Amino acid sequence: MGSYVLRRVLQMIPVFVGTTLLIFLMVYTLPGDPVAALFGEKAADPAVVASIKHTYYLDQPLWKQYLHYMGNLFQGDFGTSFTGRPVTDIMADAFPVTIRLALLAFVFEMIAGLALGLLSGLRRGSIADTLVLVLTLVVISIPVFVLAYIAQTVFATNLGWVTPTVQDSYDLTQLALPAVVLGSLSLAYVARLTRTSIGENLRADYMRTAVAKGLPRRTIITRHLLRNSLIPVVTFLGTDLGALMGGAIVTEGIFNVQGIGNVLYRAINQKEGPTVVGIVTVLVIVYLVASLLVDLLYAVLDPRIRYA
Amino acid sequence: MPDIHDEDSFEPHPKPGVSRLDYAGEQGMAVEQETLVERDVEKREEARSLWGDAWRDLRRRPIFLISAVLILLLVVMAVFPWAFTDADPRKADLVNDYLRRPDWGDVFGAGWFGYDAQGRSIFARVVYGARASITVGILVTAAVTVLGGLTGMVAGYFGGWIDAVLSRITDIFFGIPLLLGALVLLNAFTTRTVWSVVVALGVLGWTQIARVMRGAVLTVKQSDYVVAGRALGAGTGRLMFRHILPNAIAPVIVVATIALGGYIATEATLSFLGIGLQDPTISWGIDISSAQKVIRTAPYVLFFPAVALSITVLAFIMLGDAVRDALDPKLR
Amino acid sequence: MSTAVDTTGREREAPYQGPLLDVRDLHVEFVTRDGVARAVNGVSYSVAAGETLAVLGESGSGKSVTAQAIMGILDMPPARIPRGEILYRGQDMLRMSKEERRRIRGRKIAMIFQDALSALNPVLSVGYQLGEMFRAHRGVSRKEAGEKAVELMDRVRIPAAKERVNDYPHQFSGGMRQRIMIAMALALEPDLIIADEPTTALDVTVQAQVMDLLAELQAEYNMGLILITHDLGVVADVADKIAVMYAGRIVETAPVHELYARPAHPYTRGLLDSIPRLDQKGQELYAIKGLPPNLLRIPAGCAFNPRCPRAQDVCRAEVPELFPVTEEDGTPLEGRGSACFFWKETLHDR
Repeated sequence: MGSYVLRRVLQMIPVFVGTTLLIFLMVYTLPGDPVAALFGEKAADPAVVASIKHTYYLDQPLWKQYLHYMGNLFQGDFGTSFTGRPVTDIMADAFPVTIRLALLAFVFEMIAGLALGLLSGLRRGSIADTLVLVLTLVVISIPVFVLAYIAQTVFATNLGWVTPTVQDSYDLTQLALPAVVLGSLSLAYVARLTRTSIGENLRADYMRTAVAKGLPRRTIITRHLLRNSLIPVVTFLGTDLGALMGGAIVTEGIFNVQGIGNVLYRAINQKEGPTVVGIVTVLVIVYLVASLLVDLLYAVLDPRIRYA
Repeated sequence: MPDIHDEDSFEPHPKPGVSRLDYAGEQGMAVEQETLVERDVEKREEARSLWGDAWRDLRRRPIFLISAVLILLLVVMAVFPWAFTDADPRKADLVNDYLRRPDWGDVFGAGWFGYDAQGRSIFARVVYGARASITVGILVTAAVTVLGGLTGMVAGYFGGWIDAVLSRITDIFFGIPLLLGALVLLNAFTTRTVWSVVVALGVLGWTQIARVMRGAVLTVKQSDYVVAGRALGAGTGRLMFRHILPNAIAPVIVVATIALGGYIATEATLSFLGIGLQDPTISWGIDISSAQKVIRTAPYVLFFPAVALSITVLAFIMLGDAVRDALDPKLR
Repeated sequence: MSTAVDTTGREREAPYQGPLLDVRDLHVEFVTRDGVARAVNGVSYSVAAGETLAVLGESGSGKSVTAQAIMGILDMPPARIPRGEILYRGQDMLRMSKEERRRIRGRKIAMIFQDALSALNPVLSVGYQLGEMFRAHRGVSRKEAGEKAVELMDRVRIPAAKERVNDYPHQFSGGMRQRIMIAMALALEPDLIIADEPTTALDVTVQAQVMDLLAELQAEYNMGLILITHDLGVVADVADKIAVMYAGRIVETAPVHELYARPAHPYTRGLLDSIPRLDQKGQELYAIKGLPPNLLRIPAGCAFNPRCPRAQDVCRAEVPELFPVTEEDGTPLEGRGSACFFWKETLHDR
């Protein structure tokens, strides 16, 4: 097991380097001069431009820029945005908000998704099952921004149950609606995955054995069925938290949540290279760590992997 | 970030399972075998391949039929939009007060769904908007299937260091969330056409297919018929394309079909954010975005393109579901 | 049922005079989308304590379905039991409540399945699955259940039981896994064990070991054993009597040696003739022509008639019942029956 962990960590390193390099390339090699953009419509004084570029190392070859960036990264320095603020500060303001939003969405999707999946998995072919299937299909099909609008219009504007935009992100009731919208797509997948997994396991031979052993129904369901069925669901959930953080752009935009989604969107539009690279790097790290943990979790849950 | 549009990518192993619910024990197998033998005797030439059985199964499923009809309708709408309406989607007739509600009597006409903030016919824009969505969806899916499929197949077939390198490359691209990456890439284009969007999504989206294909190839590679083929002297190309590919492609088709719906949604999201398609291209995403301003007074401006978009995505996902069920040997 | 505990600490039922298990005219059907499949059509057999009944038949003969009906583990839609009785110690299990049946399952009647790898839960340790029997039926503590699990593994001769009790099913060999299944079945010392093709998935040498173990344990606990198989070779050593099934009916019953020596049904004869023999070198192997019938459309009359070398008009018209088999002079032969109009000719045809 130890060698398995080591191997996975070693695999992560080239991926980390590769992904950050790719982002770096995407941000800095594409056409569009960010420094000139800072001046907007005004003509830029070439000397000023050159001096700004020098400060940000933009006049160096790309590979040097990258190495310099990575070097700083390991010292915890994500550089400075073109507007002069340290990227770490920008992130420190925005990340906690998104984390709160994502966590809320995660809890919602986990509880509701599992419940619906269980209901429909155990009662296959019933009305409840069909309802769940139809509902999840609809949620998957309606793009997030449409869903966000509908939710905002119905629950905030018309019914007035919650505020249409988030004023204070510490107030969980204000975050509730965006969290529900953010988690809805994943909820649909969790429900379906649970349902499918339960469906397959119900047919498995070991279930027949459990019944033949005369075990009480509750034991069969909790100890045998669920223990096996939930493995793929748990692994999905494990990587979803990271996905939620990365996918919050639209939701944060519509509900005016001041999280990294919002910051990232503006930074991309304004060609704020350092900010973009900084945030995406953190997201990549989160994702890599999450997927490593999920792999380990999977080995814990399924002994066949452990001793393979 | 993992593309959560594929719930199948989280299946750990194929689970052994006897279909107890339909048939019990060995009796069921005998029924299946005998029924098949009977049919065989009756129609000797009938090919009992996976595809033949799947097609026959699909024909019976209402979900497949509905989605197929919808998609056909949408494709026709994309190719021949003028057949659905005479109205001009770009004609911004400011005489038409956009607050004028839909005129239900003007069937297939300009005013049927009302007019948007610039006085343009919403119905016409819904009809003409199909082209962008369908085109992007089909082109991106085709691109990622070819690109990802080849990568996955080569990685899965050859194994060893080729697999290691290709898998790491796949992981690297996989690590960039699709929407974010597309945002960054599309910012580089000053004019964005359908092709810009296709390139942006294609460059980032192939990893999902690559993974599925690689997994399928790894499974198929161990099958007896592949080992037999190799023992009989079949060359690499022949083995890959005549033996492995046809059997590995089933899960890829399912994922690709569902992903098509996802790409249509992603294009709409990008257009909604203002970073996707631009005028003069007509896209539902753009329309939804501009409808934000008038949503309080004229919700129908948002409603119609939103419904059109949702139904389109729904149709492809339903199709993917139906195909998956038809190809799944365990559900027979 | 009243239970008293005897001097050895085992539960002992109030004594009952009849056979342990008595299946009477059992019918089981499956409702499928292509029609109703009649898997079991009037099967009757019985097993006494200490006795071994072998149920022989090909795929589709209904032997497993009968066993599953006895255990009560069929999915009741699509399966249904339109007729018949399954008497355990004189009480019809089909008329018992679900809870009563559940208490019998595992405790009084236990089942061993064919493929131990898929029949055991892959994510739970072997010790847990063994101990589960005690915890669920007798409410013992987890620690005690663990100790009992080790005892059981010792009993079925799994080496290093104490070290291996927390291992998982995939870490054992096929033969070991089957022993674990046997241990699980025996855990609560049931009256009756139903073994559904217990050795089919095993190597020949391992087969013999597992069958020996089964026989030994049966003798020790004086259990009834129903052995379901399609393998004539396995049956010869272990069984006391044999029931041959075809298309959901019993076509012949006989004590084991009689069956091999003097079969009284063309199907049995066909099965015996198709066993390859060393002195047949160079000759073509015999096989019964045709295929087992589609259970959705069982042929009229005797189900075997399309494949039977002796078939006459009467075979296509009427369904033969299980006739008692006698010697030429009429002396009844104990425990022998044949569902063939021409059993006499078959019996005396050398």
